[in-house]
Amino acid sequence: MESKKYLKDLTDIKELMSRSSRFISLSGLSGILAGIYAIVGAALAYFLVFPLRGEYLTLHGWPFQLTIILLLSVAVLSVLTAYYLTTKKAKKNGEAIWDATTKRLLISFLVPLLTGGIYIFIKLKSQHYGLSAALMLIFYGLALVNASKYTLGKIKYLGYAEIVLGLICAAVPGYGFWFWVAGFGVLHILYGSMMYRQEQSG
Amino acid sequence: MGLIDNINKLFDHRIRLGIMSILMVNEEVDFNRFKELLDVTDGNLASHTKTLEKAAYIKVEKSFIGRKPNTRYSATKAGREAFKKHIEALEAIIKNKH
Repeated sequence: MESKKYLKDLTDIKELMSRSSRFISLSGLSGILAGIYAIVGAALAYFLVFPLRGEYLTLHGWPFQLTIILLLSVAVLSVLTAYYLTTKKAKKNGEAIWDATTKRLLISFLVPLLTGGIYIFIKLKSQHYGLSAALMLIFYGLALVNASKYTLGKIKYLGYAEIVLGLICAAVPGYGFWFWVAGFGVLHILYGSMMYRQEQSG
Repeated sequence: MGLIDNINKLFDHRIRLGIMSILMVNEEVDFNRFKELLDVTDGNLASHTKTLEKAAYIKVEKSFIGRKPNTRYSATKAGREAFKKHIEALEAIIKNKH
């Protein structure tokens, strides 16, 4: 009798700890879709932008602008998809989407991400294109690891994987494009499918 | 059996247990957030936070956001340690019975 009550206490503790500190899990499907957007964006860049450029991208040239437009579209589409699917899932589970935890999640995600974004932009302004892909991967990975305290699931590991990939990318110059595709495309799809399978199995 | 002795009477209550659980994983929590998470009335919540405050397990900070009073709670070091011991005691009892 007593031990049953204590067992219930323990489950209550666990449940409250996770409910109060963790954001509802992002849906796995949004990870898969984000990966697909990234790959489609990269393919467009590969076929549209790369034939246009001579040796180097210039900051005010059309290829550069097109690349930025593609990058932003991929980012915006991914965020919108994640937001839409996560809200839908939260509604189905009767959870609130905007509470104190969500706010903290967003802040801890955005601080490293914006820092990285601004840093990359400053480097681009002074014609340093070389490490952009590596920096994007590293800062995105840091943002994920930092935000993972407030999410369910194993987003932390996706973050570590992005950081490692970014560091390797920095060590192997000239393949930035392919590392970018691997990090933002392939890893998202892999991670998303793993999450999706988990969601389906309960 | 000495196992039961380690059960902390103060945590042997659903709401106080809940308050401590939440404070273990959140640096600071305000009154309304507790209400939302624990689904309790103002009076009930206030009396239990007071009990925990008296035991020096939690710290209370009152301030104003605009004109609204805002009360925030955090766990003290003593509170964290006591709660950890309590959880260990619960686990020990359960392991023993199975």
